[in-house]
Amino acid sequence: MDLSYGKEYEEFREEVRDFLGANWPPGGDKDRYPTKEETCQFRDDATAKGYLRRSIPKQYGGSEQPPDEIRGAILREEFTRARAPMDPPGIGTMMLVPTLLDRGEAWQKEKFVPPTTRGDINWCQGYSEPGSGSDLASLKTRGELVGDEWVINGQKIWTSGATNADYMFCLVRTEPDAPKHAGISYLLIDMNQEGMDVRPLKQMTGGSDFNEVFLTDVRTPKDWIVGKRGEGWLVSRTTLKHERNSIGAAAQSSAMFQGILHLAKSTSSGGRPNIEDPSIRQRLAEIEGYVRAHEYSGYRQMTRNARNEDPGIIQMMNKLNSTNISHMVSKLALDLLGDDGLLDPTSTSRAGYRPSDNRSWITQYMYSLGIAVAGGTANIQRNVIGERGLGLPRDSAANRSA
Amino acid sequence: MNFDISEEQELLQDTIRQFMANECPTTHLREVFESETGFDATLWKGMAELGLVGLHLDDEYGGAGLEIIDLALVAESLGYGGAPGPFLGHVLAGLAIQLAGSDAQKQTWLPSLATGDAIGTVALGEVGGGWQPEEWTLAAGSTLSGVKLNVPYASIAEVIVVGVEGGGLVLVEKGASGVEIQPIEGVDRARRIDAVTFESTPCEALPEGAAQSGRVRDAALVLLAADAFGSGSRLVDMSVAYAKTREQFGVTIEHFQAVKHQLANMAVELEPSRGLFWYAAHAFDHVQDESQRAAALAKAHISDRVMQIARDSVEAHGGIGFTWECDVQLWFKRSMFNRAFLGTPSVHRERAAQMGGW
Repeated sequence: MDLSYGKEYEEFREEVRDFLGANWPPGGDKDRYPTKEETCQFRDDATAKGYLRRSIPKQYGGSEQPPDEIRGAILREEFTRARAPMDPPGIGTMMLVPTLLDRGEAWQKEKFVPPTTRGDINWCQGYSEPGSGSDLASLKTRGELVGDEWVINGQKIWTSGATNADYMFCLVRTEPDAPKHAGISYLLIDMNQEGMDVRPLKQMTGGSDFNEVFLTDVRTPKDWIVGKRGEGWLVSRTTLKHERNSIGAAAQSSAMFQGILHLAKSTSSGGRPNIEDPSIRQRLAEIEGYVRAHEYSGYRQMTRNARNEDPGIIQMMNKLNSTNISHMVSKLALDLLGDDGLLDPTSTSRAGYRPSDNRSWITQYMYSLGIAVAGGTANIQRNVIGERGLGLPRDSAANRSA
Repeated sequence: MNFDISEEQELLQDTIRQFMANECPTTHLREVFESETGFDATLWKGMAELGLVGLHLDDEYGGAGLEIIDLALVAESLGYGGAPGPFLGHVLAGLAIQLAGSDAQKQTWLPSLATGDAIGTVALGEVGGGWQPEEWTLAAGSTLSGVKLNVPYASIAEVIVVGVEGGGLVLVEKGASGVEIQPIEGVDRARRIDAVTFESTPCEALPEGAAQSGRVRDAALVLLAADAFGSGSRLVDMSVAYAKTREQFGVTIEHFQAVKHQLANMAVELEPSRGLFWYAAHAFDHVQDESQRAAALAKAHISDRVMQIARDSVEAHGGIGFTWECDVQLWFKRSMFNRAFLGTPSVHRERAAQMGGW
């Protein structure tokens, strides 16, 4: 066992540090916010060094690096340390680009991949519908080919980032007579057109991260389809991960634990710092057990992925594990906050004033429930673990409808 | 970055699993469990011939010169197999003598402990808890007096390493005067424990005892965590296997989502914790300043999680799970031992809190 990355990789780390030292922040000026142009230039320079757009072929503006789990991890560590921007975050770079590279036509790649990876255009994902959540393939939004255009009608929900998206990649039922999974196509749609009605959803936290999108006679060209008609379900399952971020989820859990530890040290109850309360110490140490376990599981996955070996059942547990930890941390946070737990986190009123850090924990108390649901509910995660991990049979209802 | 076990280590674990399946199927485990002594000399000899009982002792004394990570992987596999007998106390006694003993003491004891011809054990616990070195109260000079509790297999041990006042360690040989050994009716009949009373008993100090007793405790915590992990794996496997055979409403109960989710939850509570005992063992061997805390967290977390998994396993088996005849009880009780021995999870969580500077 060796938890260091080894000499070759530490040399790589030095090289990355040197690059970052010379290039970020732009002009070495820490006191001002970098301009958009400077950020773009930085990303282009980092790509030229092979640090960004690693999975993107050179012809589409990428650096076309061979997958290397550990270089990926080092880059994330060093860029984070330097507070330097990596590839533009978002569903476009994470999901659409890999899908296009695997399944798209050459012209589609040329048109969409470079601007998406540069952060010039933003995407949203039109998958979930009001009646189609866990049973996504039952979706009803319809697309009809009229002349050279698809005409689309329906409703999508939980659409993150729809308010500032330029395009949507969307699952649409185009073959109403085909069996459920075979009747869906994967269409690309311009968001800036009449008939596209985006309405933010107000969450229980008071904020709005998601939207409803109503599509009324929305149009898109006939060839803005990825894969063939009726292949949309398969296309949407393309989850090519060039370099898996094996330790990403665990790193978030660790950061959250550091936060709750700080909260326990900085809050008091009955005149005593919470960190001195034996029951609080017990809960913190119990949570730390989960957090460390999650962290080491990440290292184990990284080791296996780097060798192209299957990490096994542990890989299916990351999300549920994160969710469970997030619940425990959030519940403890509310106990540490005491009376501040009475307050509306969105309030800016001075009455009942409390530090803004505490306010974010109140939001987190609710947000942890959103995390449990987004991207596949905890119960769906349990199905996956049971079925693919423990070899239990698929749900009989799911079998019938498939 | 290599956070994984080696092919040799995997092979070692496979060998032990195979050995346990052949030499100690649950029918046989039950016989030992219900026997007078809880000791099966043939099984012990087999384990010794595989080299399991002296794996961590130096080559020059007939050991394999391996590390605590290797010993922990053995403990995991033995936990999975439900191995009955004195393994835990024995390997800790060998470790204590190797870490803290004089050359003469090592020369005297390690060769026969390495081959398993002599069985050793450790006497750490005292009345009212008192498992940690700083809590030991027995005064020892050239003789020793007082009571140690929960000593594994004291009655068949050739040598007992006893924790004494000031965190020191002393050796007491079999047959020494003033030793009285009384069996305690422990819940895990696969790992027997005794109460040992010393009355002006001749003893011999391990010169580095006070400096090394904490290390011995940490190794013990790692081995208990590893055994607990192996036990947890067995309980999950048993519960999954049962769900695949038990029929209700005309289908095997694995088809019911409630059952599937219960089993998935058990697996999620268990599987990520594998790295906790791996890391605690690795830290013991190579990152000593993190070793104490890592061992405390691993033992607290895994023994606690697996106890709950054992409870869930009974539930997953329904009525049969509550019976003496169902094998779940064997690992349920093993889990109770792993949880309580050397201090409950709350003891080690508080230790972790202190060591973390909280």
